[in-house]
Amino acid sequence: MTHATGKVVGVNGNLVAVEVEGQVALNEVGYVVLGDQRLKSEIIRIRGKRTEMQVFEMTRGIGIGDPVEFTGELLAVELGPGLLGKVYDGLQNPLPELAEQAGFFLERGVYLDALERGRKWKFTPRASVGATVTRGDTLGTVPEGIFEHRIMVPFNLQGSFTVEEVAGEGEYAVTDTVAKIKDERGTVHTLSMVFEWPVKRAIDAYVERLKPADPMVTKVRIIDTFIPVSLGGTYCIPGPFGAGKTVLQQITSRNAEVDIVIVAACGERAGEVVETLKEFPELIDPKTGRTLMERTVIICNTSSMPVASREASVYTAVTIAEYYRQMGLNVLLLADSTSRWAQAMREMSGRLEEIPGEEAFPAYLESVIAGFYERAGKVRLKDGTIGSVTIGGTVSPAGGNFEEPVTQATLKVVGAFHGLSRERSDARKYPSIHPLESWSKYPTIVDPRRAGYARELLFRGNEVGQMMKVVGEEGTSTDDFVDYMKSEFLDAVYLQQNAFDPVDAAVSTERQVHIFDLLFDLLASSLKITSKDEVRSYFNALRQRFLDYNSAAWDSDEFRKLEQEIRGMIDEKRGDYEQAAKDLMAEITA
Amino acid sequence: MRKVYSKIEDISGNVITVEADDVRYGELALVQSAHGASLAEVIQLSYNKVSLQVFSGGRGVSTGDEVRFLGHPMQVSFSENLLGRIFDGGGRPRDNGPALEENLIEIGGPSVNPAKRIIPRNMVRTGIPMIDLFNSLVESQKLPIFSVSGEPYNELLARIAMQAEVDMIILGGIGLKYDDYLFFRDTLESGGALSRTIFFVHTASDPIVESLLVPDISLAVAERFALKGKKVLVLLTDMTNFADSMKEIAITQEQVPSNRGYPGDLYSQLASRYEKAVDFEGAGSITILGVTTMPGDDVTHPVPDNTGYITEGQYYLRNGRIEPFGSLSRLKQMVNDKTRKDHRAVMDGMIRLYAEYKESLEKKSMGFRMSDWDTKLLKYGYLFEREMMDLSVNIPLEGALDSGWQILADCFTPDETGLRTELCKEFWPKKSDGEKATA
Repeated sequence: MTHATGKVVGVNGNLVAVEVEGQVALNEVGYVVLGDQRLKSEIIRIRGKRTEMQVFEMTRGIGIGDPVEFTGELLAVELGPGLLGKVYDGLQNPLPELAEQAGFFLERGVYLDALERGRKWKFTPRASVGATVTRGDTLGTVPEGIFEHRIMVPFNLQGSFTVEEVAGEGEYAVTDTVAKIKDERGTVHTLSMVFEWPVKRAIDAYVERLKPADPMVTKVRIIDTFIPVSLGGTYCIPGPFGAGKTVLQQITSRNAEVDIVIVAACGERAGEVVETLKEFPELIDPKTGRTLMERTVIICNTSSMPVASREASVYTAVTIAEYYRQMGLNVLLLADSTSRWAQAMREMSGRLEEIPGEEAFPAYLESVIAGFYERAGKVRLKDGTIGSVTIGGTVSPAGGNFEEPVTQATLKVVGAFHGLSRERSDARKYPSIHPLESWSKYPTIVDPRRAGYARELLFRGNEVGQMMKVVGEEGTSTDDFVDYMKSEFLDAVYLQQNAFDPVDAAVSTERQVHIFDLLFDLLASSLKITSKDEVRSYFNALRQRFLDYNSAAWDSDEFRKLEQEIRGMIDEKRGDYEQAAKDLMAEITA
Repeated sequence: MRKVYSKIEDISGNVITVEADDVRYGELALVQSAHGASLAEVIQLSYNKVSLQVFSGGRGVSTGDEVRFLGHPMQVSFSENLLGRIFDGGGRPRDNGPALEENLIEIGGPSVNPAKRIIPRNMVRTGIPMIDLFNSLVESQKLPIFSVSGEPYNELLARIAMQAEVDMIILGGIGLKYDDYLFFRDTLESGGALSRTIFFVHTASDPIVESLLVPDISLAVAERFALKGKKVLVLLTDMTNFADSMKEIAITQEQVPSNRGYPGDLYSQLASRYEKAVDFEGAGSITILGVTTMPGDDVTHPVPDNTGYITEGQYYLRNGRIEPFGSLSRLKQMVNDKTRKDHRAVMDGMIRLYAEYKESLEKKSMGFRMSDWDTKLLKYGYLFEREMMDLSVNIPLEGALDSGWQILADCFTPDETGLRTELCKEFWPKKSDGEKATA
C-alpha cells in the first residue's frame, strides 16, 4: 500500500499546513522533506484536503511546496529488550548515540534506532509449539540486567493464535525472528523481540485492575508516614519554583522501593537531567548491587528542545512503563513537569486558533490530564502475576497559585497530594511538603491511628503558633506552649530530612517505624516542666541529640548510644500519656 | 540575483505581508523605504502570502516599498575582532568602528544535546558573602537577579562582571536606558575589562523588534567563543523588556494571549535563551546572569514566574541587599561541599536563625514582650544584616565563614544554633566574650 503524500502550504511556528493527496489519519506521522533532511511531524487536525501537522523539530527553512511523506502509522515507540539504562528524547531517539553522530548539538532530522540492533540477547523459549496464545502471553525470556525480560505476543495482535515455531535457546538480536504464530484465519505472523505500540493508547493486555494497597516506600519520612503513596497509585507535587520539586523527584528516583523507574524530564532544565544521567551509572542500588542506571529509563525533552516532542514525551514514558508492568514488575514513572506538558498543548492549541479555555489552556485539558494519570494502576496479568505503574507528576503552577487549571485538573484525579510550600522552603525546611495541606488516600507504613495522633498534634501546634502571633508567648498557657514545641520538634526531627546527609537522605521502613515509636512516647505524654524557658531549652537540647541520631547509621554503636541518651532525656521529663493518647493506646491494644 | 517584490499588501504594527514565491521560513529580507533600509524576518507563510517582521518597525513603510529576500536567516559576524566592540541589537556598530562582515554565523541555533552536558563543578567567586556563602554562583549556571525599578541591579551586575573569574563578558542590553548603557561602558572601561567585553546594546529608544534579537545574537557569539575554550559570562539586562517586546508583537499579530497578555509560548521562548548556558566538555562554558525587573514587585507576574521555573535559582535584590529568603542558587550544592566542611552547615543554620529573627521582629513590632530568646535573635539579626547582607561587604568565602561563626558565638550558645555538635567543637570561636565580630 502506498501512503499519502502532500505539499507544504503554510508555516506558522512549529505548525505546518499541508495539502494532502490520499488518505491520512489523525495522529499519523509524516515527514517534511527539506533537502536531505526529513523532519518528523504528526497530524493534529484534518480539514478536507488541508491537514495541520505539528513538527517535532525547528521549522526554520521550510518553504511553500516542500514535499511531505506520510507513513500510515501513528506515533509509536519501540518495545523490546534494551530499554533499561537508555536516555531518550521525547520521540525515543537515543541521545548519547545521537551525540556520537552529531556532536554537541541536537541536529534536526536525525532519527536513530531506539533499540540497539547489533546487541545479542540470550533467548530462552517458554511457549511450546502448538500452544494457544493471545496478546501479552510470554513466548520466551531474555535476561536484562537483574530482570527476566518477557518476550511477549505483541499487544496489537487481537484474537488467539497457535504457536507454529519458537526459536531454540540461543543468542539473538532484537530483530531476529524468535517465533511464528498462526491466527484463526491461518495467516502466519513472524515475530521478533521488538514491536511498536502507539504511545497515546494505554496498554490493556491484563485481566483486571486492582486497588492499590501496598505502600511504595520512598524513604522520605514525611511521605511514607504521613502522606503515603501506594504501588499503582498516583500522586502530584505542585509547588512554586524553588520549593524543591525536582530535588524531591530525584531523591525518589534514587530511593524508591520499586523495580524500575522511568524519569520523564518534560520541558524542564537540562542541567537537572544531566545530574541523573551522570550519577546514576555510578550509584549502586543496595538492594540489587547493580547501578541505578540499570533500573532506569530517562526520557528527556528539556525546555529548549522542540515543544511538540515535549507533548509526546510523557506518553512515550508511560508506554514504556506499561510495557515493563506487563512483566509483573513495579514501575514508577516520575514526570517533571506536567505543567510544561500542558503548556505544550496550550501552544499548539493557540496555533490552531482553537477557542481557549481558562488561562488560554485548551478546553480538553482536564480530560487529557485525567487520561494520562489513569494509565497508572496495579494489574493482575494473565499468568496471575501482579504488576503496577505508579505515576508521580510535579506541577509548576503559575505564580505558585494552586487555583490554576493544571493543578486543579490534576488534583481531581490523583490519590495523593504533596503540596510544596514556599514558606517552608524559604525557612530551609526540606522536604518542603506542607504537612497540613497535603493529603493522601493511601495507607501509611506506621500504625495509622498513631500517625493520626501525631498529625493532630501538628494541627494543634499550628493553631497555637497562630494564636501566639496575636497574644504573644506570655498570653499562651504552658500546656499550649508544650503542644506547640512538640509539634515544632516533630517537624524538625521527623518531617524535615537532610537530603545531603548520607544516612538521613534515605530512611528505611524499619527505621521509620522505630523512630516514630520513640517519638510517639514523647509526643503523647505530658511533661514535668513548668516554665516556658525550660520547655524551650529542653526541646532545643533534645533536637540537637536527635539530629545527630538521625545521621547515625542504623544500628551502629553511635546510633544505640545516642538513642539511649535520647530515651534518658525523654524518660526524665515524661509524665503520663495524655488522655487522648491513653484512649488511643487502649483502643490499639484491645 | 533574487527577485524584488514591490507590492506590500498589509502593514500592521511591525508586521508586513507581501506576495512572494520561493521564500523559506525564518529567511531575512531587506525592506527599502523612504526612511532607509531595514532588515525583516519571515515569521509566517501561508500559500504565497509571506508575513515579515520589520526590525526597524512598520512606521513609515509604504505599500509600494521594495522587499528583497536575502536567502538566509539572521546572521552575525564572529571573530576575535568583536572583542572591545559595541553593537546595537541588529549587530551594527554603535561605536563608530567598522562594520564586521566576515565569518557570518546563524543565530538561534539548535540546543545542546543533554547527553553532552556535564555536571557543573566550578564555583565562580564574587567576593559577595550573600552569593559566595549562601548562594554560590556556578560556572554554566543561568541565574536572574529579580528586582524592581530603582534598585541598583545594574551596579550589582557590573560589580559581578568585574570581579568574577571569567575569560570574557558579553553584555546584552535590552531596552536599556541610555545612561545605564554609558554606566556599563564606563565602569568596564575604568576597570580595564572593556577589551574582554562585547556589547550588544538595544536602548529604550531603538526599534522594538531589534530587542528580540539581542539575547540570540549575544548567545550565538558566546556559544562560538565557548566552543573555542573560553569561559564566557553573558549579562542580559533587562529580560522583562524582552518579554514585553514579545507580548507587543504577539498582540499585534492577533495571537491568543495566555496570561496578562503574554503569548502562550513565553516559557518556551525564555527557556530557549536561558538554556544556552552550558559547560562544554573539553571546551569553554557559558554562564548567564540576567536581570528580571518585577512589575509592581510581584514575583507571580508571568515574566519572573516563568523565569524562575527556567533558571537555576534567582537573587532577590531588594532595598539594595540580596535577600536571603527567596534567593537561591540551585547549583550551589555542586560546589559548596568542596569549599570548607562547615560551609553548608553555616549556610543553613544562619538562614534558619535569620528566619526566626524575622518572626521575633514581627512580634516586637506588634508590641509583645521580648523573651530572652527574642532578645538574642534581635541581636543576631542586626549583626547578620550588617556583616553579611550589606552589599559593600567584600570578603572571600573563608572570611565570610569565619565571620559567620563569630556572629553566632556573639549571640548564642552552641546548642541554640541547631548546628551539629562536632562542627561546633571545631569551628566555635574560642573567645566569645560578647565583643563585636569585626567592629
